Amino acid sequence: MTLIQKIGIILFIIALGIFTLSLGLSEYKLTEESLEVDSDYHKTELIQLAKEQGILNKTYNSNIEFVSTFKNLLKDAQASLNAKAEAGIPEGVQEWNYKIGDWKVNDSDEYIFPNVKAASTGLLPNNSGLFFWLTIGLGILGGLLFILPSFNLIPGIKNDGIYHSSMTRGLKVNPRAFALGATIIGVLLYGVFKMNGDVFWPLLTALVIGLIYYLVFYKQGQKELTPAKSASPIHTGWLGVITGIYLIVFYILLYWVPEYLTNWVLLVDPISRSLSGNPASKWFLYGFLYCLVVAVMGIRMIAKYRHNKYQIVRTISVIFFQTCIAFLLPEILMRLNMPYYDFKNIWPLNYTFFFDYNINNLIASGGIGIFMLVWGIVLTIVGVPVITYFFGKRWYCSWVCGCGGLAETLGDPYRQLSDKSLSAWRFERWIIHGVLVFAVIMTIMVLYTYFTGSRNILFLSSDSIRGWYGFLIGAGFAGVVGTGFYPLMGNRTWCRFGCPLAAYLGLVQKYKSRFRITTNGGQCISCGNCSTYCEMGIDVRAYAQRGQDIVRSSCVGCGVCSAVCPRGVLRLENASLDIVQRTTQIRTNHIAEMSDTFIPIQ
Amino acid sequence: MHIAIIGNGISGITTARWIRKLSGHRVTVISSETTHFFSRTALMYIYMGHMRYEDTKPYEDWFWEKNKIDLIQDHVTSINFDEKKLILNKSELSYDKLVLALGSKSNKFGWPGQDLDAVRGLYSYQDLEQMEKYTPGLKRAVIVGGGLIGIEMAEMFHSRKIPVTMLVREDSYWDNILPAEESAMVTRHIKDHHIDLRLKSNLKEIHDNGSGAAGGVTIAETGDKIDCGFVGLTPGVSPNVNFLKEGPLNIERGIVVNKYLETNIPDVYAIGDCAQNSEPVPGRRGIEAVWYTGRMMGETVANTICGEKTAYDPGIWFNSAKFIDIEYQVYGDVRNQLAEDQNTLYWEHAGGQRSVRINYMKNGGAVTGFNLMGIRYRHEVCEKWIRDQTTIESVLVNLSLANFDPEFYKEYESDIIELYNRQENKQLKLKSKRSLDKVLRFLASSKA
Repeated sequence: MTLIQKIGIILFIIALGIFTLSLGLSEYKLTEESLEVDSDYHKTELIQLAKEQGILNKTYNSNIEFVSTFKNLLKDAQASLNAKAEAGIPEGVQEWNYKIGDWKVNDSDEYIFPNVKAASTGLLPNNSGLFFWLTIGLGILGGLLFILPSFNLIPGIKNDGIYHSSMTRGLKVNPRAFALGATIIGVLLYGVFKMNGDVFWPLLTALVIGLIYYLVFYKQGQKELTPAKSASPIHTGWLGVITGIYLIVFYILLYWVPEYLTNWVLLVDPISRSLSGNPASKWFLYGFLYCLVVAVMGIRMIAKYRHNKYQIVRTISVIFFQTCIAFLLPEILMRLNMPYYDFKNIWPLNYTFFFDYNINNLIASGGIGIFMLVWGIVLTIVGVPVITYFFGKRWYCSWVCGCGGLAETLGDPYRQLSDKSLSAWRFERWIIHGVLVFAVIMTIMVLYTYFTGSRNILFLSSDSIRGWYGFLIGAGFAGVVGTGFYPLMGNRTWCRFGCPLAAYLGLVQKYKSRFRITTNGGQCISCGNCSTYCEMGIDVRAYAQRGQDIVRSSCVGCGVCSAVCPRGVLRLENASLDIVQRTTQIRTNHIAEMSDTFIPIQ
Repeated sequence: MHIAIIGNGISGITTARWIRKLSGHRVTVISSETTHFFSRTALMYIYMGHMRYEDTKPYEDWFWEKNKIDLIQDHVTSINFDEKKLILNKSELSYDKLVLALGSKSNKFGWPGQDLDAVRGLYSYQDLEQMEKYTPGLKRAVIVGGGLIGIEMAEMFHSRKIPVTMLVREDSYWDNILPAEESAMVTRHIKDHHIDLRLKSNLKEIHDNGSGAAGGVTIAETGDKIDCGFVGLTPGVSPNVNFLKEGPLNIERGIVVNKYLETNIPDVYAIGDCAQNSEPVPGRRGIEAVWYTGRMMGETVANTICGEKTAYDPGIWFNSAKFIDIEYQVYGDVRNQLAEDQNTLYWEHAGGQRSVRINYMKNGGAVTGFNLMGIRYRHEVCEKWIRDQTTIESVLVNLSLANFDPEFYKEYESDIIELYNRQENKQLKLKSKRSLDKVLRFLASSKA
């Protein structure tokens, strides 16, 4: 590490420290002006009660205290309005406009988050520009100082010390399993609370998890196959664990209690206003940070693989699609009073696409909205199979997709942590295809409701399945586990185990695509670099050492197996010929050609 | 029938796997090195932190029991060939057929101090453990010998920021194998990495640091003394057969085998590094200690043992390596000195880190070998050209068929043709850019 790199890492840590502490650098004062609600009845009631309780114009030093005070105030106002409504709602006023609905009390994004943000005052809100540069700005500077000197190194594979580093070597399997189990149980329990005591979906989810466990271990006989390949390092890498916890906590706060992150959102408020004209939401903050991380870590990826043009082009592609298509373009569309739309987000990854509010919004937006609607449907039905036929699923997963983009940039230091055991592969197939089925059923029910107006099919409500899908898969799986577990389970945890679009692309790739990884005759030395650095946990070596070409539904075509191979054995290719034959025959074994008595290894 | 295999390297394990595929015979693999098969070629990556030991194992640990391949981790001290019995440290084992896949040991040429602590080759897992043991606080390592293992060891220490001095006997790195230009390229690359490369330098002696471990070396030519805490001895390997030398087995440098890999004792076979072929195919050596031939021999001997007597046919020579950042592949016969009846076409990229060499017959132009530095070529295509004795000009116009570099990499085939045109005053043109469909059609076609 050079001196500049050391300075860079110190600056980055300082920036991250200020960034984290900045969450506590506001005071909060609820005033008549700051109160943001969408009904005058709500406003009057809230102000009335706030006055009575001595909350109005009182300054709170603690975010936590203010949030809890405001939540109680909201509940009191709801109860009080409900009581008044008993006596009769004023003539010509809608009930929802008079009473405060449950969702407004429970869903942070409705009343709680905007009001906590609006009530913020004091050190950080008054100096948000300064703090922007001290946190995000300084973080970028530190990151770049750390990354840029590596352009001076002699080009080549730079994996030295990955398994010596506390940041990247992962943690032992048992604590890892504990962390995963605890997270899943925590999310399910939180789900019960979040869904107001509805235990049906959490129980069903637990049942499905148990069923998959049973299928893998008892139906497929994994129980007999011990010991499985261990994913444990010799010593747990605690820096990685701490990083993972930070990310997990970040996602939990972001998805479910964003009212504690208002200071971060305030930092990017001016940027949001200059782009779309709107104040920043938590999603703006997330999108903005996401783009920065993809860009800065993308530069790191380019520095690391600058001898490899495939990696450079691919990395520039994911940076472009994330920053321009996923982030800037929708903001600009908003400014132009057009629907917010991410042109590269495809159902079923974009699971809200067929939700009534989205369809209605697009239809109501005239020509451009109809175009977006048709574009989205055509991408799903025609785009995915056709492009995947020609190039494999990599065209999306490691060139275009935002989740893939983050995995290939921020996640690159953790790609070696994916579990390569057969048991992991078996879990993967059940889980990812299970999520695809879940997404399809959910969408069918939502569309049924859209077209018939009926909210229930048999005993299931389309509202509740869609709510639970968003909570469990959209937030819990894709965010908390998918990204939070980068340093624990590798950078493609979501893409490998959870993404329904990856499952769909993978089915096309497996059964009808020209894409394959060819192996170079007998040159494999079974060293294992390819398998180790496969972020999807594919045991690439198992194929390469037999001279078989590789077609696997999970392969995202990142090309790193080919890059790290010390003997030039692997190449990502597209062709129409011989794909079945070359993926089954064994070619390294020179006398196999003369004899047909050989049977493939089971 | 019980087949015992001594050695769980690539040769022994390939034998075991193929016997299992072809038969239900009982198979036992004995090794004192590690319980499970791992890729010896990947030892360096463990030290460098690219992989864990676990990652170098090509099969999960349950694989062996599921496939009924018995593994014994023990040391074979002697073999009673008359009674068909192995004497191990902890037990004895009877066999019906025996496969000796004993591997190699690092060469030592009688240098004073060669048996001190902190003096090791790099061949076994135990060698790796020793390197690891002496690494903390290591100020400098000296590596003696300039072959493939020497440069691997240099890269290993270099990755841990430990200064390395390489003593190489030759005038240029590995110039007893590589042609002069390629050898010069690697020599430059080693120096670019700030490895202290001393050419034309032989080891005189290794000094004791006072506590039984290496503390420095003296160079024979200059008398220079270099302080170091570790000495890597990498002047090649030789068959690991010492413990059998007194017995009835016919041993020269290695265990002498015929083309069926049979030794002079019935039901005893020898394969891999330890085998010395008494009648090698023309142009090939009796002992070839490389991964690929070990794998081929394992497969061959498994067939013979399972009743389909098969002669060992190593096919057309190929090999590969990586010199720090420069990948190397060779197909066919490319020597450091060009044969009298051959021509060579050598193209080198201006950056000095890529080259393509094609050797061909002066008479008729049939290609005989490809030497690639920093560029990947397709094994199957090169092999077919060589086997079919395709002419150099036919190869050149179709050269894209061989290109195996990743997508978007610059393709240099036109530059190579241009060089040939200039040298031979020809007007050849590349027929097409690379395409896998074309390659597959070419491979499926019979000899043109």
